[in-house]
Amino acid sequence: MSAAPPTTVVPPVEVPAAPVPTVGSHLRDYWARVRGGDMGALPAVLGLIALCVVFTALRPNFMTEGNFANLFTQGAAVVLIAMGLVFVLLLGEIDLSAGFASGVCAAVLAQLVTLQGYPWWVAVAAAIVTGVVIGLVIGFLVAKVGIPSFVVTLAAFLAFQGVVLLLIKGGTNVSIRDEVLVAIANRNMPPWLGWALTLLGVAGYALVQLLRHRNRSALGLVTEPLAVVLIRIGALAVLAGTAVYLLNLERSRNVLVSLKGVPIVVPIIVILLVVLTFVLQRTAYGRHVYAVGGNREAARRAGINVDRIRISVFVICSSMAAIGGIVAASRGTSVDANTGGSKVLLYAVGAAVIGGTSLFGGKGRIVDAVLGGAVIAVIDNGMGLLGRSSGFTFVVTGLVLLLAASVDALSRRRAAATGNR
Amino acid sequence: MSATPLLELRGIDKSFGPVQVLRDVDFSVNPGEVTALVGDNGAGKSTLVKCVSGIYSADGGQVLFEGRPVQIHNPRDAASLGIEVVYQDLALCDNLDIVQNMFLGREKRRGLVLDEPTMEQMAAETLAGLSVRTVKSLRQHVSSLSGGQRQTVAIAKAVLWNSRLVILDEPTAALGVAQTAQVLELVRRLADNGLAVVLISHNMNDVFAVSDQIAMLYLGQMVAQLRTSDVTHAQVVELITAGRSGGLGLAGENGNGKRDTPPTETTSAGADR
Ligand SMILES: Nc1ncnc2c1ncn2[C@@H]1O[C@H](COP(=O)(O)OP(=O)(O)OP(=O)(O)O)[C@@H](O)[C@H]1O
Ligand SMILES: [Mg+2]
Repeated sequence: MSAAPPTTVVPPVEVPAAPVPTVGSHLRDYWARVRGGDMGALPAVLGLIALCVVFTALRPNFMTEGNFANLFTQGAAVVLIAMGLVFVLLLGEIDLSAGFASGVCAAVLAQLVTLQGYPWWVAVAAAIVTGVVIGLVIGFLVAKVGIPSFVVTLAAFLAFQGVVLLLIKGGTNVSIRDEVLVAIANRNMPPWLGWALTLLGVAGYALVQLLRHRNRSALGLVTEPLAVVLIRIGALAVLAGTAVYLLNLERSRNVLVSLKGVPIVVPIIVILLVVLTFVLQRTAYGRHVYAVGGNREAARRAGINVDRIRISVFVICSSMAAIGGIVAASRGTSVDANTGGSKVLLYAVGAAVIGGTSLFGGKGRIVDAVLGGAVIAVIDNGMGLLGRSSGFTFVVTGLVLLLAASVDALSRRRAAATGNR
Repeated sequence: MSATPLLELRGIDKSFGPVQVLRDVDFSVNPGEVTALVGDNGAGKSTLVKCVSGIYSADGGQVLFEGRPVQIHNPRDAASLGIEVVYQDLALCDNLDIVQNMFLGREKRRGLVLDEPTMEQMAAETLAGLSVRTVKSLRQHVSSLSGGQRQTVAIAKAVLWNSRLVILDEPTAALGVAQTAQVLELVRRLADNGLAVVLISHNMNDVFAVSDQIAMLYLGQMVAQLRTSDVTHAQVVELITAGRSGGLGLAGENGNGKRDTPPTETTSAGADR
C-alpha cells in the first residue's frame, strides 16, 4: 500500500465500473463462462449423477450403504495420486511413473514394517521420503537436464516396475499386518467423530468464506453477493451431512459385528484436499505454478525461478503417489508386484482430466482430482457389480478418459474462439 | 527539464560471439520526457534495452543512473532502480487475471497468504491513475482482453512499482489504429506524470506524435540523439536507413555502413545480419 502508484489519481477510483453483482448476474456470468468453454467441474458432476442413476437402475444394490462406503476406500489411492498429478499437469507436463512410484513407496513400507520390523511411522516416513527423492530426480532430469517429462517418466515407469520386484524379492506378496497401517483404509471412525469433524469442517469453511466476503466489501471491492456465499456454504453442509449420515448407517449384514462410520481415509483425503488447495490458490507458490503453466517465458521475466517450480511439482506428485501407495497397501493389506501397477496411473490421470484439469497446462484444481476420481471409482465399482469382465471395464474407462480429453481439447478451442482463456 | 538525465549510457558495446551488435553506444533519457529509440530491424534496439534491463550484460561501457554509475546484472537489479520494461512480445499469462498478472512475481502477502484485496486495490488505483476505463473487471482473464487492453495491463504492470523509467519495446506493433492511439496517449501520460519513458517504434508518425527526443540506431551504432522538434520526418528516415543525413549522423566517408570507428575483430558485415 505504501507503494502508491506514482501517478496522480484524478477522479476517485472508478475503474471496475462493473455493476454490483446479484445472484442473477452471478448465474448469468457462470453460464456465460460455461458456454465460453470454461466448464470447470460441470462435466464431472453431471457425469457422476448420470452414472449413479444408470447403475442404480441396473443394479439396485449399487446404492446400498455398504457399497457407498466401498466407493471411498476403492477410489482413495487413485484420488491421492491424481491430486499430485494435478500439479504436474498444471505445468503441461506429465508423470507416467506416478503409479509405479506409489508401488515403490508401498514396497519400501512393506519391506520396513513387515520384513524388518520397524514401527509403522518409521515405515511411513521412509515411504514418503522415497517419494520426495523420486520426485527430485525426475524433476532434475526434466528441468535441469532438459529431457521431456514424457520420456523421463516413461523410463521411470519401466524402471520402477523392476524396483518393486527387487524390493519384494520376486513375485511374492508381502502382507501388512500392522494395526495402524491396516486401519487407514479398512477401519472407520466412530460416528460421533464423523459428525464432529464434519461440523468443524463446515464451520471452518463458512468462517473463511464469510470473513473474506466481509473483508472485500469493507474495502469496497467487487464481491459475490452474500446469497451466493451462503448457498455455497449450505450446499457443502448438505452434501457433507448426507455423506456422513449414509456412512454412519449400519452396513454390517452380521448382527454380531457392527460396521459403520466414516472410513478413516476420508478425513485424510479431505485434509490433503484443503491443504493443497490452499497452496495452489492462496500462496505465491501456487500462483507461480499457474503462471509457469500459462506462459513460462512471462513467468521467467517476472523473476520466478521456473526450474525450481518445475522440480517442485514433480516432488509433490511423487510424494502424493507415496501417500497413495501407503493407502493402497493398507487397503490390500499387502504389497505385491502389481501395487500401483496396471490401471492405477491411467485412472489417476483420467481422474484429474475428467475433473476438469487441462492436459495443456495452466488450468486445473485439486478438487478436480476428487471429482474425477469419484467418476472413475463409480465406473469401476458399477461395472464390477454388473459382473462385467475387467476387459469391459478397461474399455469403458478408456472411453471415458478419451471423452474427458476431448471435452478438454474442444473447450480449449471454444475458449480460444470466444477469447475466454 | 532537469540537468542530469535519469539514465545515461556511455560507450556500450555488446557482441554475441563474433557478431558485434552494439558499438560504442551513447544514449540518455530525461525524466518527464518520451525518448524514442528508432532504427531498422536488427539495428540493436531490443538488445540495448536488454542490456539496461539486466537480461544481457554489456561487454563494455558505463551505465549511469541519476548520474551515478550502476551495475545491472539481472532483472531484479533493474527493478530495484525503478526500471521496468514492457517487452516486444507481451509477457502476460493468459490463464491469470489482470491483478494476478500485474503482481506476478512480486505478490503482496500477509504471512504465507496472498493479500488479494490489497493487490486488487492497488491495481485499481494504478489503472485509474492512468485513466484506463476500458476494462470491465479486474478479475477477468487476460486472454479475454483486446490487444490494446493487454498492452495497457502490461504498461500498468510496469508503472505499479514506483518505477522511474519505463521502456516500451514496440508497444503498438500489433495494434489497430484506435488502440494504438490509446496506448500512445497512455505513453504520453506516463511522461507527463514525471516518469522517464523510452519508446521503441518503427512507426514514424507515432514517434513524432509523442516523443520529445529521438535517438537513432544504425547497425549497432548511435547515429544521433536529437530533439524531435529539431528534425524532420525525412531526416530521421534517412538517418535510420543510411546512417547520415546532411550534416547529421555518423561522421565519416559515406553513409554505406562504413564508419570511422575501426571495428574490433568483427567486420561490419557481421552486424549486418
Ligand atoms: N541472443 C542473440 N544471439 C545472437 N545474436 C543476436 C541475439 N539477439 C539479437 N541478436 C542479433 O543482434 C542484432 C540486433 O537485434 P535486436 O533484436 O536488438 O534488433 P532490433 O533493433 O530490436 O530489431 P527489431 O526492430 O526487428 O526488433 C540482430 O542482428 C540480431 O540478429
Ligand atoms: Mg526488437
